[in-house]
Amino acid sequence: MSRDDSDSAHDPGAVGAGAEVGEEYRHMSEESFGEGPVGPMILDEAVVVDVADVMPELANPEVVAEIVAPTREIDTRIGEPLVELDKVTVRFGGLTALDEVTFTINRGEILGLIGPNGAGKTTCFNAMTGVYRPTSGTVTFDHQVLAKLKRNQITRLGIARTFQNIRLFGEMTALENVVVGTDARHRTSVPGATFRVPRHRHEERDAIDRGMALLEFVGVGGRATEKARNLPYGDQRRLEIARALATEPKLLCLDEPAAGFNPAEKVALMDLIRKIRGDGYTVLLIEHDMRLVMGVTDRIVVLEFGKKIAEGVPSEIRDNPAVIAAYLGVPDDATA
Amino acid sequence: MTVASFNERSKGGVGDGFRGWWNSLARPAQWAFGVPVILFLAVLPLLNIPLLTTEGTNFGSVMAQFGMYALIAIGLNVVVGQAGLLDLGYVGFYAVGAYTVALLTSPDSPWNQTGDGGFLSKDWAWLACLPIAMAITALSGLILGSPTLRLRGDYLAIVTLGFGEIVRLLADNLEDITGGGRGLSQVAYPRVGVTPEFPLGVFSAGNVGKTLNSGVWWYWLSIVLIVIMLLFVGNLERSRVGRAWVAIREDEDAAEIMGVPTFRFKLWAFVIGAMIGGMSGALYAGQVQFVVPTNFNVVNSVLFLCAVVLGGQGNKLGVILGAFIIVYLPNFFLGRTEILGIPVNGSQIAEYKYLFFGLALMVLMIFRPQGLIPVRQKLLTYGRQLYVAARRRSKEEHAEVTK
Repeated sequence: MSRDDSDSAHDPGAVGAGAEVGEEYRHMSEESFGEGPVGPMILDEAVVVDVADVMPELANPEVVAEIVAPTREIDTRIGEPLVELDKVTVRFGGLTALDEVTFTINRGEILGLIGPNGAGKTTCFNAMTGVYRPTSGTVTFDHQVLAKLKRNQITRLGIARTFQNIRLFGEMTALENVVVGTDARHRTSVPGATFRVPRHRHEERDAIDRGMALLEFVGVGGRATEKARNLPYGDQRRLEIARALATEPKLLCLDEPAAGFNPAEKVALMDLIRKIRGDGYTVLLIEHDMRLVMGVTDRIVVLEFGKKIAEGVPSEIRDNPAVIAAYLGVPDDATA
Repeated sequence: MTVASFNERSKGGVGDGFRGWWNSLARPAQWAFGVPVILFLAVLPLLNIPLLTTEGTNFGSVMAQFGMYALIAIGLNVVVGQAGLLDLGYVGFYAVGAYTVALLTSPDSPWNQTGDGGFLSKDWAWLACLPIAMAITALSGLILGSPTLRLRGDYLAIVTLGFGEIVRLLADNLEDITGGGRGLSQVAYPRVGVTPEFPLGVFSAGNVGKTLNSGVWWYWLSIVLIVIMLLFVGNLERSRVGRAWVAIREDEDAAEIMGVPTFRFKLWAFVIGAMIGGMSGALYAGQVQFVVPTNFNVVNSVLFLCAVVLGGQGNKLGVILGAFIIVYLPNFFLGRTEILGIPVNGSQIAEYKYLFFGLALMVLMIFRPQGLIPVRQKLLTYGRQLYVAARRRSKEEHAEVTK
């Protein structure tokens, strides 16, 4: 099942705006692998669930998309600012990791956040998701200042993220991992679970339906009952995205989702990111791979040494001298 | 990482076969198999099986003690096994439960409520005290947990270790209230089954019959409580609560960022664990009818933890097995002079129980770090069909490969 799904992701029809770049990748992958895109590797002893057998309704991608789509109201008025960073500064002792960074993320867009190593991209992420408190400046999400909120409250407000180094719950199965995400929208606590009240039962059913649909959506449905730590690397990355989506965020933050991917998997990931945006989510993407970033994002913010050095659509960024200098260095005659 | 490799190796063993079979059964079928097993375990002290019974002590009282330790293990398992919070002061909750019953019902206590003008009737005092003891220990868990659960790992262990000692020292030094080292005697117990033969009821320590003595009655009572607690904890495990606990154990920061209110659920784990420990303490106070501070030493905390780790952290049946081993083995050797014809000095062996448990733990950590019955939680209420399908699939594939 998972093989089918990732194959369909390679369908040229599914590629949207950045088809050009996708094409480039597809070409590369065909060269390097001979027989075209490869799906996720399936190990011999792997426990594979035939999802169509257990939950036949999930065989239809439209039904999957329907269930994956958030059950609560997510405002998708495109173009309005969703997140506003205003002069956000983060200092660790004497080190200024972020220096008065100001930018906005608009509803319904895919914003790329790029920069050389150590530029402060992940710090910026952490300041938004509440892991670090900004030393000064404010982060406003959906007209609400995030200063005093706890991390779990920020998640329930509508920001979800993945991690640069995968941080799944290794001893839990893939499905259980995603269900932990769906629990962010559930309210059953100890009394409800003890007496199995109707709300608990309703939420448990919802958790499985949405969890399985999300796994199908990202293409790991067949491995639902496998422990997360036993999944292949690529599936783990996809599972992290599914878990983040399960919290029904308005903004999905992906921290280097393509790290360690081969070109074919990168193409599949680009399609997945577009599919996610198509479902009404706003996406913030940190990525090193320029082709991927240029191909999938609507707008790009460039950081260097904690400062914002450029902002604009991909074509502008590609030709921006400051960005080129940051990535490639400045030629000797220019500095002279 | 070692845990991982061991789990891989154990794949396809007898235990997994049994587990798979058990999980594939529907709920009523599980009850149909489970009830006879529980009944069999219940009548075990009456059967007098030669090699199984204890010689030095009464088998019934050993099983009663096992019942209490099993309850403790279930409670401690919630804290240590599920939520991954290392609690070294669990005996403190056990003591709070026992002292609550003793203070309310012992004539030595200034707060005795069983005498004239007290709100407890003499016959039902113990039963009425059971929920009170549970509530008070839950409260003590809340009081201990709310400031300390911000700590992690070793630091939490140190603070809880301190709590266990504080409770014991308070009991030892508040002589006006707790009687200090003299303890509190004549604690209430359920006064039922009063006949001319048993003028004080079947639960009385005076019921010292050969087979059906007070120990057996307490064992039966604890079995009822264990089943209730297993259902309670099982319901929690297969819900948002259990998933939150396991997520916290696996990666607390990631759990928090995925929207789990980690502090609240850690506190719940602590409170529920404390409550079950208090329940066990109340059982203990009722059975022995006498509490003294020396029964609540730190070494008991370690013994409880040993039961959990030995049996398999996170696995409810595993920790009950661990509790059985901890209680039964020393008593098995006590007073025994030969096993299957081989002469042994059993009492000596029983005396060195801490040495042997220490060795057993070390061996276990090397060869089977996940415990005797490793955990494989089920964290979903309705996921059974999926897991059954996955199991069938892997079996079919296995058959194809071997063909």
